[in-house]
Amino acid sequence: MTTKPVNPVEPLLRMDRIPHIWCPGCGIGTSVNCFARAIEKADIPHDKLHVVSGIGCTGRVAGYVNLDSFHTTHGRAIPFATGLALARPEAKVVVYSGDGDMFAIGGNHFIHAARRNVDLTVICVNNLTYGMTGGQVTPTTPLSAKASTMPYGNFEDTFNLPNLAEACGAVFVARWTVFHVRQLVRSMTKALQRKGFTFIEIIAPCPTLYQRRNKLGDGAATLKYYKEKSIIKNGASTAEAGLGFQSEIVVGEFVERERPTFTENYAARMKEVLGASFVPYEGPK
Amino acid sequence: MKADPSAVATGVHFIDGDEACAEGAIAAGCRFVAGYPITPSTEVVEHIARRFPKIGGMFIQMEDEIASSICIQGAVWAGCKSMTVTSGPGFSLMMEHVGLAAITETPCVFVNVQRGGPSTGLPTLPGQADVMQARWGSHGDYEIIALAPSTPQECFDHIITAFNLAEKYRVPVFFMMDECVGHMLGKVRIPAADRIEIAERKFTTRKPGEYLPFKVYEGDQPEMVKAGMGHNIHVTGLTHDERGYPAMNAEAQDRLITRLCRKILDHTDEIAMYEEDGIDGSDVTIVSYGITSRVAARAVELARAQGIKVGLLRLITLWPFSDRLIQDVASKTKSLIVAEMNMGQMVLEVERAVHGKVPVHLMGSAGGAIIEPEAILARIKEVAS
Ligand code: SF4
Repeated sequence: MTTKPVNPVEPLLRMDRIPHIWCPGCGIGTSVNCFARAIEKADIPHDKLHVVSGIGCTGRVAGYVNLDSFHTTHGRAIPFATGLALARPEAKVVVYSGDGDMFAIGGNHFIHAARRNVDLTVICVNNLTYGMTGGQVTPTTPLSAKASTMPYGNFEDTFNLPNLAEACGAVFVARWTVFHVRQLVRSMTKALQRKGFTFIEIIAPCPTLYQRRNKLGDGAATLKYYKEKSIIKNGASTAEAGLGFQSEIVVGEFVERERPTFTENYAARMKEVLGASFVPYEGPK
Repeated sequence: MKADPSAVATGVHFIDGDEACAEGAIAAGCRFVAGYPITPSTEVVEHIARRFPKIGGMFIQMEDEIASSICIQGAVWAGCKSMTVTSGPGFSLMMEHVGLAAITETPCVFVNVQRGGPSTGLPTLPGQADVMQARWGSHGDYEIIALAPSTPQECFDHIITAFNLAEKYRVPVFFMMDECVGHMLGKVRIPAADRIEIAERKFTTRKPGEYLPFKVYEGDQPEMVKAGMGHNIHVTGLTHDERGYPAMNAEAQDRLITRLCRKILDHTDEIAMYEEDGIDGSDVTIVSYGITSRVAARAVELARAQGIKVGLLRLITLWPFSDRLIQDVASKTKSLIVAEMNMGQMVLEVERAVHGKVPVHLMGSAGGAIIEPEAILARIKEVAS
């Protein structure tokens, strides 16, 4: 009798929903594979780990992970996750979404959750475009790159996501490409194990839209670019992590620091001011 | 289930509607509130911010109303009873998440202390012009429940009803106050906790593998669940099947949307709360709600003193709209006047339900000030003559 070899990530996926909707060569699947491995490494009980996504190609991640998972509205995964995390402090809540979702329509929520240091791990698959709607410009589309709504090339300056996350208060900030799977698993594991607002940017190809429109070849060609043009610089200043069109990509773990979380600050303040009349929030009654 | 005695502020208080609403929510078991400051609802969240740290609740002032209205839904899926509170423009910003709560069947409460609109409108002055928005504000087809209190006491009593209905029907419930009711001081009697009946969230007792989060096993609602119960639930704003998985086809849409509508509409008469006075045999009946219904009651008194036969129907439940109730009233009176602080919103429902059986008139206003009893009286005389 032969038993079908089980892929180690299978238990973390909703196998009844496979095949997934992602295109061949898309980087999102690779990132999910790394995420599944990181969950195992981080050794978090699965009933204490929840995934929240917004809308878009990356927003579909919540639909494939075999955990309590929430596919919310466009740009609003972070405030939903904030409610879930504050109301269920014993759990680790992960926000998994794309660059357009999290930094255009959802930008305001990102900066405030980081400022408050809500206990969230935020993973952004940055493929430099809106995939689901057909390749429009996002706040991270490099200057001069073409997008369906930038037919003559993008002329808007971009966000440097690690720099933004650091400025807003994230306690852990890393960036990798989907070429750097081992490093990515390691950083994801760290992020999952840390308290507070942790942020990982994953540079990933969208061969169907971004790479094709910009004549950059397929997924494999993009991995080759990542391999050749990435510079690993752990501890680098996030100010140097800006991205240009097919530029060098500074990758690594940039920020690791301690800050009390929203919940810790709340409890400390109330204890100080209210003393014995403070009743800590201890989950739903 | 009874309210938690350690949290209920039992006693007789002289407080405004906003504070009564906050105390009612606490009594109802609400322990998670997210909000954003906006006049004239701010006092509700201010009171919550003072009270919650002393009763084990969690309040967060979010960055905007969009965030507040989804933050509370995250908390619901953690197992909390939750609400958000707003007015005017904030209510408009929340509409997308009304739809999310409706399609994901997330029980929660949206309080709207109505002011004059549209846009920034009249921040400090009353209106009742959001009642259609409460019904239709998000895109797509869905049903909700909306209640309109008319006194601070009702703000306390009926916010509890709102939470109970949210649990019972797994639906967002709107609590449609207005600036007058919110800022009006009045005597509010808060009963002992063991006299306050609150709905307990009934979580499924089925084992993982034997439970589908959006399957109706009994009654009209799927069994509730929360994160961490081992079911690995998936909750999505996409049209979904009984597993909660996206289902992108017309059959799934028909099945889900029909159920979301029917689970409310089939219970319209159970949900309908109202008060009636002297309708049978009257020449004219006033239909009103919220603060305007109190003015209408005064106008009815004045009219009766002049020998006019006037009835009063005060709606507490606005949505779902009970056609049967209005048709019953129409069969007992000769004409109807709908008094409301808007340019004619609920009057459309009344006209639709009455279907020409008796004349229906509007006593409306653009908001900013309550309609004077004398104005309603004048309208009564006009219609009755
Ligand atoms: S459109 Fe782009 S981002 Fe979306 S699945 Fe295809 S390759 Fe991936």
